[in-house]
Amino acid sequence: MSAYDGLPGDWQLVVGLEVHVELATQTKLFSASPNRFGDEPNTNIDPVTLGLPGALPVLNEQAVELAMRVGAALNCTIQPCTFHRKNYFYPDMPKAFQISQYDQPLNIDGYLDLPNGVRVGVERAHMEEDAGKSTHIGGAGGRSHGATASLIDLNRAGVPLVEIVSRPDIHSADDARAYVNELRAILLAIGASDAKMEEGSMRVDANVSVHKPGTPLGTRCEIKNVNSVRSVGRAIEYEARRQIDLIESGDTVRQQTRHWDEGDGRTHTLRTKEDADDYRYFLEPDLVPLAPSAEWIARVVAALPMLPAARRTRLAEATGQPADSDAVTSVVERGQDDYVLAVAAGGGNAARALVYVKEAFADSPAVPAADLAGLTLLEVGGALTATQAKAVLAELVANGGGDAAAIAAAKGFEAMDTFALEGFVDEAIAADPDAWAKFCAGDGKAMGALVGLVMKASRGKADGKLVAQLLNQKKG
Amino acid sequence: MSADSNDPGTPTASAVAAAVRAGTTTAALVVEQHLAAIAARESEIHAFNLVLAEQARDHAAQIDAAVAAGNDPGPLAGVTIALKDNMCTRGVPTTCSSKILDGWKPPYNATVVDVLRDAGAIIVGKTNLDEFAMGSSTENSAFGPTRNPHDTSRVPGGSSGGSAAAVAAGFAQVALGSDTGGSIRQPAALCGVVGVKPTYGYVSRYGLIAFASSLDQIGPFTSSVEDAALMLDVIGGHDPMDSTSIPQPHPSLTEAIQHGVEGLRVGRITDLPEGADPDVQERLEAAFDALRAAGATIVDVQVPAFTFGLTAYYLIAPAEASSNLARYDGVRYGMRVEAADTNAMYGATRAAGFGDEVKRRIMLGTYALSAGYYDAYYGKALKVRRLIHDDFERAYQHADVLLTPTSPTVAFKFGDKGDNPFAMYLCDTYTIPTNLAGHPAMSVPFGTGAEGLPVGVQILAGTLQEPVMFRAAAALEREANK
Repeated sequence: MSAYDGLPGDWQLVVGLEVHVELATQTKLFSASPNRFGDEPNTNIDPVTLGLPGALPVLNEQAVELAMRVGAALNCTIQPCTFHRKNYFYPDMPKAFQISQYDQPLNIDGYLDLPNGVRVGVERAHMEEDAGKSTHIGGAGGRSHGATASLIDLNRAGVPLVEIVSRPDIHSADDARAYVNELRAILLAIGASDAKMEEGSMRVDANVSVHKPGTPLGTRCEIKNVNSVRSVGRAIEYEARRQIDLIESGDTVRQQTRHWDEGDGRTHTLRTKEDADDYRYFLEPDLVPLAPSAEWIARVVAALPMLPAARRTRLAEATGQPADSDAVTSVVERGQDDYVLAVAAGGGNAARALVYVKEAFADSPAVPAADLAGLTLLEVGGALTATQAKAVLAELVANGGGDAAAIAAAKGFEAMDTFALEGFVDEAIAADPDAWAKFCAGDGKAMGALVGLVMKASRGKADGKLVAQLLNQKKG
Repeated sequence: MSADSNDPGTPTASAVAAAVRAGTTTAALVVEQHLAAIAARESEIHAFNLVLAEQARDHAAQIDAAVAAGNDPGPLAGVTIALKDNMCTRGVPTTCSSKILDGWKPPYNATVVDVLRDAGAIIVGKTNLDEFAMGSSTENSAFGPTRNPHDTSRVPGGSSGGSAAAVAAGFAQVALGSDTGGSIRQPAALCGVVGVKPTYGYVSRYGLIAFASSLDQIGPFTSSVEDAALMLDVIGGHDPMDSTSIPQPHPSLTEAIQHGVEGLRVGRITDLPEGADPDVQERLEAAFDALRAAGATIVDVQVPAFTFGLTAYYLIAPAEASSNLARYDGVRYGMRVEAADTNAMYGATRAAGFGDEVKRRIMLGTYALSAGYYDAYYGKALKVRRLIHDDFERAYQHADVLLTPTSPTVAFKFGDKGDNPFAMYLCDTYTIPTNLAGHPAMSVPFGTGAEGLPVGVQILAGTLQEPVMFRAAAALEREANK
């Protein structure tokens, strides 16, 4: 068993991801039509989108700015760049060429750090226009093969994309998933894209190969149609095993583009290298080179918000929880970390606030930070048990805030003094001498029975931790 | 109507506009005169793919109403204009003289069309051209050739043959053409009119149906240098819809031609490719003499890469064309030939829709850009292009303008070069290098050659040096009219 995600023997997985992201601009990359998902088909169009004779592209400044933001967030060098034509015939590509960037992309040589510390190189993040959308009627699985008719919606044609190409630095399906998740979090944080895989505003292609350490890299296959983070992992795992099976049975891997079928959980040949298009790239003569000024680049870099990794570190330090813990990652992902820090800044307990926020606030917290701070203080100060605190929290959420102490009092949650508590403990020992004997003999499980009795007698007002402390003292 | 557009009796466009603005004549009258000329000779010449008589009359009425109401219809008020049929006109068929655009009506106007209308010019029709502007005789039109008004057994040149013929025949006072490798200047020379290819980016290309985007440029045909200056003053300028249009104001050419050529350095290219006919060469020498007499100095310069222009052009232009013309696939507009599946439909549509010359260039360009051939062909052509540009720049350190023949020959007979593409390509030997350099150049009629046919002299200048180019042109015109 290798260290790489369950591949047999000492096979090593090598994955590079190409992620297409639709930029959240008002208008298209080269025309004034709205960039909007879900509208009536073929309504967001114009002569440029339709590729009408004589129409010319004009570069969208907002798209450039967002693409630069992506580059800056991925630690890329932002450089002077040019646009090329990528020529191919397809009915949803109205000009029969896509305007893309080729040998001089906007962003190069960056990296992305995964939460587990793995650094994945980013070779480039270049700008290009999206194609339209084809819907095939009558073909199997919505594919063109065997279709009786094809419908074309050009609303998406010309929508600005950034294609983020990673280096082949990913060696497990988990890391591939983590890369996609982290990239998505970054794109959301910087407002570059809504990054919805289910709506196609973020699309992942995976270049997968396998080899044994110390040997040259294997032949890769490109996997397309991977439409969710879960499929990213599944498709890569399937493809790696397929390639290993081929090699181990004495066959060879042929360079191919393969289609991931979510239904049968397999990849299928789309086209082989031999029948790949010759795109005949050449410099787009209708556009001029783009050279963002140093001032513009500096402005974009300076305006970047704190990125998810830094925010996780910050929250981890404030709460004492690990940066890759579920609580920290999900609270940062939901953008609630500033709130937790505000609770702490208001004198509250950050660790308790983190737990409350993660569990009680799916959306933005609707309780003033000061009120939650009050609650965390009551709990850590021993005035409320965890169970009681939860009940008060529910009340705070329902009322949109309030004085935690007053709510606790109204509910009759009084802190039990140690004298009263000791009485309950003594009663419990008397009531279940068997358990007491076992507990004294070192059976930890027996403590549960005793605590349960105290809780019952105190009608839940006793602090479990304090009870355990008293029992241990009495055991001596 | 006389075919001699240099007849001093023909009023200039600026004179007509002045009279219309002053109310001493009407746009309606101007339009009727030109429609009458069209009625008299168009069946013989075939300058137009479409005559817009009713639209022109309506527009003339609007202009006359504006003048009557005390409003100024603009610097081209009542000036009739013919548009090469590769410029988009809203709701009016725009064909590129190709079957593949059959039935297509653009939903928008080219920028020049809007600018001309705003200036008061009246569009009388869309003119014939070699299909997609690929050719030098207008014989490649899917709708039949245009004939030279000076001799209808001869070609008018191309690709903007219809526009050149329309001005020469008096069908319109001015016309617009497009020039990718000489398509304005060569037909201007063959038809005896003025034709200008401005600096690349001088005039917006938005709505000009592309042949080779990095070379295409719109320019005017006129019967005088003054009219050409006026036209460029109106249609020149930055257009935010065309990223390659030059984002800076340009000086008035109407003002520039008030100045003479005293002290101007006129360059003779000593290593110019040979091949011009003796009658054409003789007129070029006369042009040098005329400019010297007018006070210019003649200097010798070398432009070594000039001679490689043709070869580089026939890689770069077809390469861009192969991409620009890929959109004519039968999916969204124009002709569609139904077939079993999408790829078969593409093939059948393009086989039926494009003519031989267009197919030849698409294949040539596709090949030049293909993996494994790019470096040897397209890539090398780009290097030659840079070399040509640099050689010209060096020459312009010694000369303000350069003089060459526009066309190596006077207008030739139909069919003379029809089955020899390379002979046809040689027509543009002297015009092509300018497009590769992005520089301006113009053809000015300068007397006649064999059979009394017009000869044009080409004046070349550096980037945005239109003012000095026009000064030389005006001087040549004055000498020609002496």
